[in-house]
Amino acid sequence: MLPFILRRILIAIPTLLLVSVFVFMLQKLLPGDPVLVLAGEERDPEVLAYLRAQYRLDDPLIVQYLNWLGNVLRGDLGMSLRTRQPVTALIAEKLPVTFQLAVMAMLFAIVIGIPMGILSAVKKGTWLDYIANIIALSGLSIPNFWLGILLILLVSVNLGWLPASGYEPFWSDPVRSLQTMIMPAFVLGTALAATLMRHTRSSMLGVLQSDYVRTARAKGLRERVVVMKHAFRNGVLPIVTLSALLFGELLAGAVLTEQIFSIPGFGKLIVDAVFNRDYAVVQGVVLCTAVAFIAMNLLADVLYALLNPRMRMTS
Amino acid sequence: MTTRTLLAALLASAALAGPAMATDLRIGLQEDPDVLDTDQARTFVGRIVFEQLCDKLVNITPDLDFVPELATGWSWSDDGLHLTMTLRDDAVFHDGTPFDAAAVVANIERSKTLPESRRKSELASVESVAATGDHEVVFTLSAPDATLLAQLSDRAGMMLSPTAAAELGLDLATDPVCSGPYRFGSRVQQDRIVLERFADHYDADSYHFERLIFLPIPDTTVRLANLRAGDLDMLERLAPSDVAQVEADAGLQFASAVSLGYQGITVNLANGARSETPFGQDPRVRQAFSLAIDRDIINQVVFEGVFLPGNQHVPSTSPWYDDRHPVPGRDIAAARALLDAAGVDRLAVEIQMANNPVQTQLMQVIQAMVAEAGFDVSLRATEFASMLQAQTAGDYQGSQVGWSGRTDPDGNLHAFVTCDGGLNDSRFCDADVDRLLDEARTLPDAAARRDVYARANDILMEELPIIYLYHQTWLWALRDGITGFTPYPDGMIRLAGVRME
Repeated sequence: MLPFILRRILIAIPTLLLVSVFVFMLQKLLPGDPVLVLAGEERDPEVLAYLRAQYRLDDPLIVQYLNWLGNVLRGDLGMSLRTRQPVTALIAEKLPVTFQLAVMAMLFAIVIGIPMGILSAVKKGTWLDYIANIIALSGLSIPNFWLGILLILLVSVNLGWLPASGYEPFWSDPVRSLQTMIMPAFVLGTALAATLMRHTRSSMLGVLQSDYVRTARAKGLRERVVVMKHAFRNGVLPIVTLSALLFGELLAGAVLTEQIFSIPGFGKLIVDAVFNRDYAVVQGVVLCTAVAFIAMNLLADVLYALLNPRMRMTS
Repeated sequence: MTTRTLLAALLASAALAGPAMATDLRIGLQEDPDVLDTDQARTFVGRIVFEQLCDKLVNITPDLDFVPELATGWSWSDDGLHLTMTLRDDAVFHDGTPFDAAAVVANIERSKTLPESRRKSELASVESVAATGDHEVVFTLSAPDATLLAQLSDRAGMMLSPTAAAELGLDLATDPVCSGPYRFGSRVQQDRIVLERFADHYDADSYHFERLIFLPIPDTTVRLANLRAGDLDMLERLAPSDVAQVEADAGLQFASAVSLGYQGITVNLANGARSETPFGQDPRVRQAFSLAIDRDIINQVVFEGVFLPGNQHVPSTSPWYDDRHPVPGRDIAAARALLDAAGVDRLAVEIQMANNPVQTQLMQVIQAMVAEAGFDVSLRATEFASMLQAQTAGDYQGSQVGWSGRTDPDGNLHAFVTCDGGLNDSRFCDADVDRLLDEARTLPDAAARRDVYARANDILMEELPIIYLYHQTWLWALRDGITGFTPYPDGMIRLAGVRME
């Protein structure tokens, strides 16, 4: 197992390098001069030239990239052009926020999506199956921003049950933290729950038709035991991998959800950074997201190997 | 704990526990401010925070008169080259440093010499500043500058603790130390800025909140939902489409003030090859364009009637508005006649605007209106930073853009229409306008200045380097029970005397 993990980590290094080159170049292709944004209404040529020199924006692209890369290797992701805060500090501040949101969204998705998928597979062709499918389709189709605003109006404005937006760190006030996160996590988790439901359903349908399930039934086992002990344990394998991969995607999905609910996480950070041409922040956040994505992929592989003895043998 | 119990506990605590204390004021902002260093700051929203954090030498009234703040009085020398200011002797910075003449000298020098300073243009006329007593300073100018008081009533006049500035340098941006009624508490980027009441402020009794919590919530619907749900006490920049809803809500109140700024279409007159169209070269074509627009209809259709139609750099509510040039009505026949005189049958014009729904709707209405006169407008929706660069580089024919406005009319005009103006992206250049606007800066007498501006305005109305469209109205929504709030045309929130019942 260890050589397998090490090999995957080694493969991740060129991937991260490629991601960083790609993001760096893509940013430079964006129209919009960061110095003009930074200067605001000040157009004193001396000030503009100073800002350009200070952030080394006049250097050739390759020099700018190598400078950045050298600093990254020393653990320095640079300074936000907009707020003068170190990017590492910004990431350290925002990452737990988005992580909490993503974990809660994932919990929502798992708690709703997997049981619905199992139920839908077991009761295939019944009204329960149809209802589960309609719910899944709705979860995939309803845009996050619409659902978010609707929930805010209903739950916060009309019912007054939960705060409309904002964020409280979990360790400073756990109850308030959960209150502020319930709606965003639900919104972020709906599409995911639908995806999990659909995959669980198709995976379970395949397993339920296999010979060993038929044998289990023929042995006279109760249907509940057949489904949960024999069918689900095999059917859940692809779902575990998928969940880990979807967790990475949650980071991307959080962009919109964080905007709607004013959650100061990665999503808000990168949106503001892109609009302000805050290159260092964009690069830092994308690099960090890429690392998270690769880590989740690795985790998916490890989990798959742990759950599936055949994979362990191969690796 | 069962799920049901947990949910019940959460809901019960939601009903019981408010996040803010009774003496907190939670203010919803449209954006997250940038750096909290008055010399480096550049955003409008940042000024709202500075207003509570940093006292200025001079303040304004809602009628735009200048009143003392840290300066107790001022006088000009006869030649207009020296401004003498007497200063408060009871003000102190948040770190205990006394406010005095030396502090003013240090601040003005920092604004003028700090390489990162965005205040250099604003203080360009100040040659030097000297302490002539413990609480008296004299500004020496390179040329008379009637706009200086206005500059000192904004960020250029905000005083930072010289001790903190020397110690922290540029890091002052993350831990600002001023002398305002509230001191910096904490900041979580994009989440909140917390200010705490400064008990040693000379006018502390006028400020009734223990803490101010600024919460950036960009979405206008969500911002209002927060106010209605009781998670905010007030918000700035309410959407015009939400005004009726706020007015109908018994739990909310509404305040407004016509802004000092404007929105218009900047036309590329001489900024590169894209200026070489009849739209950029022939003033009659621009006049025709302006005449084809019905500004009242725009205000009704796009802004629910809450903004103010406009045709000048200042709104008609301003004492600097030139009444001889009222907002023109729509006149398609006159527009058509002007185009005929210019030898134009139909003209294709590309106009860029910010890619948000309101500006897009505005330009679509204008597109339909001017089509009747003979303009085939194509619209280029552009993200703001790109739009700014295209404008500076001359890669545009027309650009729908605005300006938040300044107390002194010079701030809305000089940089935009003088030949070397830093914000003159149309590259309009007229020697008479330059001379008149430079002269206006030297005249301390308001009536004489108004006369000079009127003469410049005659030329600008003819040339139309900027086709002014409307003036935004600052809209605030507040919880019922907040008293003493006065709307100001600069869009700032001033909290002296404001209470929550």
